[in-house]
Amino acid sequence: MSDLRFTSEHEWIRVEGDTGTVGISAYAQGQLGDMVFVDLPKVGLRVEKGAEMAVAESVKAASEVYAPAGGEVIEVNAALNTNPAAVNEDPYGRGWFLRLRLSDPGELATLMDQSTYEAYVKGLG
Amino acid sequence: MSDPIPLLETPLAPLHRELGARMVPFAGYLMPVQYPAGIIAEHAHTRSKASLFDVSHMGQGRLSGDDVPHALETLVPGDIMGLAPGAIRYTLLMNERGGIRDDLMVTNAGDHLFLVVNAAHRGDDFAHLRASIGRRCLVEELGEWGLLALQGPAAAAVMARLAPGSESMRFMTARSLTVAGIPCFVTRSGYTGEDGFELSVAATEALALARALLAEPEVRPAGLGARDSLRLEAGLCLHGADIDDATTPVEADLTWVIGRRRREHGGFPGADVVQRQLAAGVERRRIGLILHDRVPARAHAVITAADGRPIGTVTSGGFSPTLGQPIAMGYVETAQAVPGTAVRVMVRDVGREAVVTAMPFVPHRYHKGS
Repeated sequence: MSDLRFTSEHEWIRVEGDTGTVGISAYAQGQLGDMVFVDLPKVGLRVEKGAEMAVAESVKAASEVYAPAGGEVIEVNAALNTNPAAVNEDPYGRGWFLRLRLSDPGELATLMDQSTYEAYVKGLG
Repeated sequence: MSDPIPLLETPLAPLHRELGARMVPFAGYLMPVQYPAGIIAEHAHTRSKASLFDVSHMGQGRLSGDDVPHALETLVPGDIMGLAPGAIRYTLLMNERGGIRDDLMVTNAGDHLFLVVNAAHRGDDFAHLRASIGRRCLVEELGEWGLLALQGPAAAAVMARLAPGSESMRFMTARSLTVAGIPCFVTRSGYTGEDGFELSVAATEALALARALLAEPEVRPAGLGARDSLRLEAGLCLHGADIDDATTPVEADLTWVIGRRRREHGGFPGADVVQRQLAAGVERRRIGLILHDRVPARAHAVITAADGRPIGTVTSGGFSPTLGQPIAMGYVETAQAVPGTAVRVMVRDVGREAVVTAMPFVPHRYHKGS
């Protein structure tokens, strides 16, 4: 099984120690379509779980991306500035958005594991 | 959210599913927004080869009777009396305030006028036509018809193979032709800025026609997403966004649709407003914008002067795959509506640099020659 955890809003987080890498799911990038810009926050921003932390702009529309857990933004994926299509091509790898220093790893308990998330997405039709 | 009204499907619905389209509700129809290739690839293919779009959700109709051109001129500012057989005109259904109820294509099909109106207004438009001129001419809405658009620089070569006779057509002309053995009413027109054709076809034949076109090596399917990004690059208005019942043709920079005789003599709804605006000018005008950063500005974003003072609003915006930059359309104060003017567009509380730009953003490549 993968070490990814998912929100019902289609963000994923991969935790290593007290930091988590965050992005949007394969399903989310597929729904949004070709990514043309990702509006990333400044390093140092503190977010609460569920707060808007980035905006994914596809050809069609702008979509808010929410923090899967609270914490401080310690790094953003600057490569997306020049190649936002990485979100479409490799959503769980090169298409990562940012890294958080988690304020309460306990918040992750409510997130879905990959198989639960995949069943959830299937239910969306 | 569930829609209480069941969505309609076009005759090509089985094909869209087979091709793996993502279907979305649009103007009461379930329509393909994109196929697996994605909007940017579909957009690029339209600019380099040819794409097939299902636009069967658009309203098609006929006006017939001796008095038809006169009757229609009471509702639109275009010169319909002077429309030659086989010629097409882009025109506007006007309201009494000089606003635009809808925009439409009118073709002189010989014994009738053939109309194509926006999907979102087809019910309203035909009701309006019946109520206003239904006593002077026969108003028929074509219910069970398909409309396919073949758009792109290779469209002409594809049509020459499948529809002998199409090669002699010029931009904004129409004729009845057999395409891959299927009777169609063909117009050389479109909504992408490219050379192309729109094919009006009986619903029962639409699927076979689409399959025949897609079997040609240059042709791939494209959805409404690419249609929107293509028309935005071409500087073409979307009714309900860039023009509506509160914008006038003068504000919308569409004065070219008003026939010379009609400017003088009026005789269409809102003519007094339009004539006054033509003489005295308007306070706001439709403009194009290119943004410097990669951040797209969407409809309703506020446009400000360089000093931050609000001067207008974006009505359509997105990313131009051809230019690799965000582009937008909107309205600004007339004094600022000059190409080259530096402005800002507010996106999520940040004023992004943009420049007023003449449209089209990407040059039209219509077939105007012989």
